[in-house]
Amino acid sequence: MKRLQEQARGRDIGDNLIIRTAVRLLVPFIQLFGLYVIVHGHYSPGGGFQGGVILGASFILLALAYDLRTSLRFMSERTNAILGNAGVLIFTGIAVLCALLGGLFLDYSALDRLISLGPIEWRSLGIFLVEVGVGTAVMSIMVSLFWDLGSGGEMDEGL
Amino acid sequence: MKALAFLATLATGIVLLYGTRDFAAWGDAASPASRHVSPVYIERAVKETHVPNLVTAILGDYRGYDTMFETVVIYCAGLAVVCVLRRQKT
Amino acid sequence: MIWELDLFILALVVVCAVVAINIRDLLGAVVIFGVYSFLMCLLWAEMGAVDVAFTEATVGAGVSSVLFIAAIFRTTRRSKD
Repeated sequence: MKRLQEQARGRDIGDNLIIRTAVRLLVPFIQLFGLYVIVHGHYSPGGGFQGGVILGASFILLALAYDLRTSLRFMSERTNAILGNAGVLIFTGIAVLCALLGGLFLDYSALDRLISLGPIEWRSLGIFLVEVGVGTAVMSIMVSLFWDLGSGGEMDEGL
Repeated sequence: MKALAFLATLATGIVLLYGTRDFAAWGDAASPASRHVSPVYIERAVKETHVPNLVTAILGDYRGYDTMFETVVIYCAGLAVVCVLRRQKT
Repeated sequence: MIWELDLFILALVVVCAVVAINIRDLLGAVVIFGVYSFLMCLLWAEMGAVDVAFTEATVGAGVSSVLFIAAIFRTTRRSKD
């Protein structure tokens, strides 16, 4: 039995002008919604994890509608790796920074000694910064999972 | 063999269903979880963190370790997939 | 919480779970698994856990289906057993 990927390539599936145009129009709005979910996590359901997954899904959609090489033009592998590491580093960095400034580990009110906004405001802002870190890391990891699973690690054709 | 597996599944299901009889009802204000930690969070979270969404306040602040290591676990999973699958073209 | 709606959704969840295990077509199993995730998402939202429902909709029904399909596309479509 032939592998599914070879079957699909033989029949020229997925090379469709309507899908490509629709995806090109949709992707900016999906990314905007992802950013909204991350930033508005303080007031509505959502947060870093969900927003990061939505942002990652927009890049996955690009790679599905076009091919993997085209989606690498929007975000290169190097940028993706840097973003993923930076996301985890933001979270742990803020936590360690709190400890270094004299508070407890992950106690955001200690950041008040850096810039004086008031400890309660810093707790709110600290949650926001941490969510941004989570979102960045999750986005990059979802995209790299799809890249590696979809192309078998070769990063050339993809699905 | 298939009948044996079905019997084992059925027995486990019956035991689990029997166990759920001790659970508190949905939204029960007198259950141990609602009497112990929830009132403290509901009273103090908005005052202490200025975040109207209690879920975000608890995940990001009170249970920060949980969220941090959740991120680290996802990061490790991504790293493992990249290490196993990624091949440089020679 | 409306218990009739709960019962209906839960029955559908059980049907989806059984079908997803027993179906021979792997691509079909992924689609049924996506349906299962969406029904669970409905159930969470109906019980008031909107954050969990959001996570289930994005991760369970969205990205994990795509990752499963990406993995299945490297293999054959029918399961052997």
